[in-house]
Amino acid sequence: MTGSFDILIVGVGGQGTILASNVLGEACLIEGRHVAGAETHGMAQRGGSVESHIRIDAAGGPLISPGTADLLIAFDLLEALRYRHFLAPGGVMVAAEQIIVPTPVFQQKLAIPTPEAIIERLGGIELCRVDAAALAVEAGSILAQNIVMLGAASGFMPLAAGSLIKAVMRCVPPKTVAINVAAFEKGMDAGEACRTA
Amino acid sequence: MLGNEGIAHACLEANIDFASGYPGTPSSEVIDTLRVQQERRLYVEWSVNEKVAFENALAAAWCGLRALVTMKHVGLNVAADPLMTSAYTGVTGGFVILAADDPFAHSSQNEQDSRRYAHFARIPCLDPASVQEAHDMIAGAFSLSEEVGLPVMVRPTTRICHSKSDVALGPAGTEHREGQFHRDPKQYVVIPAHTRVLHTKLNAKQRDLAVRLVELGFNTADVRGKIAVIASGIAAAYVSEVIPEDVSVATIGAYPIDEEWLAAFVRQHDAVVVVEELDPVVEEVVRQVAGDIPVSGKKNGYAPREGELNPAAVAGILARAGVLAESGFPAPEPVPDLPPRPPILCAGCMHRAAFYAIKKAFPDAVYPSDIGCYTLGLQLGVVDTTICMGASITVASGIAHSGEPRDVVCTIGDSTFLHTGIQGLMNAVYNGATMTVVILDNRITAMTGHQPNPTTGQTACGVESVPVSLDAICRACGVSFVETVDPYDLTATIECLKVARGTAGVKVVIAKQPCVISARRAGVKRKAFAVDADACTGCRACVRFGCPAIEFADEKAYITDLCAGCGVCAEICPAGAISVEVKQ
Ligand code: SF4
Ligand code: SF4
Repeated sequence: MTGSFDILIVGVGGQGTILASNVLGEACLIEGRHVAGAETHGMAQRGGSVESHIRIDAAGGPLISPGTADLLIAFDLLEALRYRHFLAPGGVMVAAEQIIVPTPVFQQKLAIPTPEAIIERLGGIELCRVDAAALAVEAGSILAQNIVMLGAASGFMPLAAGSLIKAVMRCVPPKTVAINVAAFEKGMDAGEACRTA
Repeated sequence: MLGNEGIAHACLEANIDFASGYPGTPSSEVIDTLRVQQERRLYVEWSVNEKVAFENALAAAWCGLRALVTMKHVGLNVAADPLMTSAYTGVTGGFVILAADDPFAHSSQNEQDSRRYAHFARIPCLDPASVQEAHDMIAGAFSLSEEVGLPVMVRPTTRICHSKSDVALGPAGTEHREGQFHRDPKQYVVIPAHTRVLHTKLNAKQRDLAVRLVELGFNTADVRGKIAVIASGIAAAYVSEVIPEDVSVATIGAYPIDEEWLAAFVRQHDAVVVVEELDPVVEEVVRQVAGDIPVSGKKNGYAPREGELNPAAVAGILARAGVLAESGFPAPEPVPDLPPRPPILCAGCMHRAAFYAIKKAFPDAVYPSDIGCYTLGLQLGVVDTTICMGASITVASGIAHSGEPRDVVCTIGDSTFLHTGIQGLMNAVYNGATMTVVILDNRITAMTGHQPNPTTGQTACGVESVPVSLDAICRACGVSFVETVDPYDLTATIECLKVARGTAGVKVVIAKQPCVISARRAGVKRKAFAVDADACTGCRACVRFGCPAIEFADEKAYITDLCAGCGVCAEICPAGAISVEVKQ
C-alpha cells in the first residue's frame, strides 16, 4: 500500500525461514534499502507453521496484511496453501515441491491433500515450483534448501543477485559458504526457468 | 537487526553496567545479546526468576549504576512486589525495566497489558512504535530515570522485539561507574513512617512527569484537519500507513499522558479515533478530556480489545469510524480445512519419553503441568492444567487435598522448578499432600532459546558454576522419595513411577536427560534408528508416540532423517521391528 515490496516466507519451524529472512535483510542493508520484518520465535518454532514478513522500502510497520504480499516463498507446499490468502492479486508464489506431513496427520489419521490437489486449490496464480530438496543435495547439503528457495525467488524481487549472494556469504556459517552459494545459484537457475517458461 | 538486539545495543550505548533478567518470549534476546557481546564490559546475569532479577538490578541502581532488568509481561507479575515499592524508594542510577508484551499471545498464557502496571506503580512507561524508536528510547529511558529518580518501564511488543529492521546505532559507551551504597533509611527502609512520606513524594512527581514526556518529544501531535487519530506504540506505525493527509494525528509513546496537552489537542477536533493494541489505556484518558467530542475506539466496539493489529485491521477501524471511506484492503479468506501444523516436541525430546512413561504408570490420573516446551505434552494427553510458572506443584497439591480420588501426578521443568516450584513442593510436603512430582530435567531453559540456568553448570556469560542438585533441594524440602531416572530408559522409568505410585506422601521423580538440541550443539551424536519393514505389523504404536521422525505409509511405519537416536520407539514397538539403522 505504501509502495513497498512485501515478501512473506512460510514454512515449518526448523526449515530455516529465519536465516532466509536474515539474508534478505542483509541484502537490503548492502543496497542501502530500508527493511522491516517480523518473524516467529518461541514455542511455534518447534516444528509448527512459521512465517517471516519482509517489507522492503516500507514506511510503516513490519507486518504484511492478507492480500497484499508481492511475493510468497513457501518452503513447504502445504504451508503455501495455508498462507495463500496473503498473496496480492498478481503476486508471485515460489514454492518447494515437497510436503512435510504434520505429525498429527499420522497420529490422528487425518487426510492430507496431494501436491496436485494443493496446486489446484492454489488457484490461478503465478506459481514457480522448485525441487528444493534435490537441488540442495546437488549443491552439497539437504540443509541448504532454504537458500535454494531464495535463489529461485531472487529473480522476482527488487534486489540484485549480487547483493543476495554477498548476503548469503555473510549470514551462513563460514564452513558452509561454498555449499550455500552453490545452492543459491542452482535455485537461481530454477527460478530463471520458471520466468522464461 | 532484531528489535531486541537493537535494544541491547542501545543499552551499551547508554553506559549500562548491570543487566539481569529471566528468559521469556519475546524478551529473551536482549540478555542473550548482552551476555555474548564483546563491545562493553558489564555485569550480566540470568536470574532464577523475575522478582530475583528485578531486585538485583534495583539494588545496582540504588548503588548508582545504570541497570536493566528484562522479562516478559507475565514475568512482571512475579516481579510486581518489588515493582510497586521501587517507585516509592526511587533510584539514583538509571533503572530500566524492559517488560515485553505479547498481543495475540504468540507464545504466552495471556495478553496482559504492561502499561497498566506502570500506571499502577506510578512510574513512566515508554511504548515504542518501531525498532529504531525502541533503540532510541533506551537512552531517553535511562536519562529520564535519573532525572526523575524513578524506575522507567520500556514496553515493546512482540512485533518490536521480533521485528527486524535496519537500525542506526551509536558507539558503545566507555564510561563506567563503581557501585556505592549510600545509607539512607528514609529512602530504602520502607517502614510505615517512611513509606507515607515517600508515597506523597511519588504522587507529587506525577504532574511534572507528564509534562516532561511531551517536552522530551515522546508524545507528539500534528493538527491537519477536523478529525483526529490518536495512536500508541506499534499501532502508530500501522496508522501512518493508512491515514489520509487531512486527518490529524497524535502519537503516544509515553505514559503518563499530560491531560492538559491532550485536551488542547482533542478540543481542536470534531471527532477523535483512538487506535492501540490490547487495553484502552489511551482511550480512557482521551474520554476523560474529550467532553462532548465523540470518541471512537474499543469502548464503542470499533476496535478489538484483544489480539494484535496490522495495517488492514487499522484501516478497518478507521473505516468504521468514518475516517476512511473504505478500508481499501482486500479481505481474502484463508483456505479452509487444512490439516493443522501445531508446534510439537522435537524428535528425541526427553519430555515425550517421560510423558509416555507417566501415561503407562498412571493411566488414569490428573496431570497438572507447567510452562516450557513440555506444555506441548498437551498433545499426548498428559497436560491437564497450565496457568503460570511453578503452578504445576501447587495445583497438584490443591487437587490432591480437594478429595479428587484419582492419583495426581504433575510435571515441571528444571528451570520452572527453580523459578517458583520449590515453594510449592515445600508446601505440599509440609501440608501432607499425596502426589507425585516429575521434574523434567533437561539442564537448560529450552523453549525461550536454550538459556543456561543453575542446573546447567555455567552462568549467562559462560563462567563455570556449581550445578545445583535438584535431588538435594527436594530432600531439603522434606521429600524422602526422590529418584533420578533416564527417561530414554523407558522400562526403568515406568518401574520407578509405579513404585512412586504405591508410596505415600509427596514423591519426586527426576527424569534427567539433556535437551536434544543442546546435546546436539554440545556434539553428542547418537545413531539413527530404522524400521524393519518386514517385521513392522503396521500397528501404529510408534506413530501414536508422536515423534516427528516417525511417518506412516502403505501400512508400514518408517523413520525419517529427523531421528535423534533416542531409541525410545524401539522400546515401544511390540514387534521389535525398530533398531539402530544399519547403513548399507
Ligand atoms: S527444544 Fe529441547 S526441550 Fe524443547 S522440545 Fe526440543 S528437545 Fe524438547
Ligand atoms: S529413535 Fe525413534 S523416537 Fe527417538 S528420535 Fe528416532 S524415531 Fe524418534
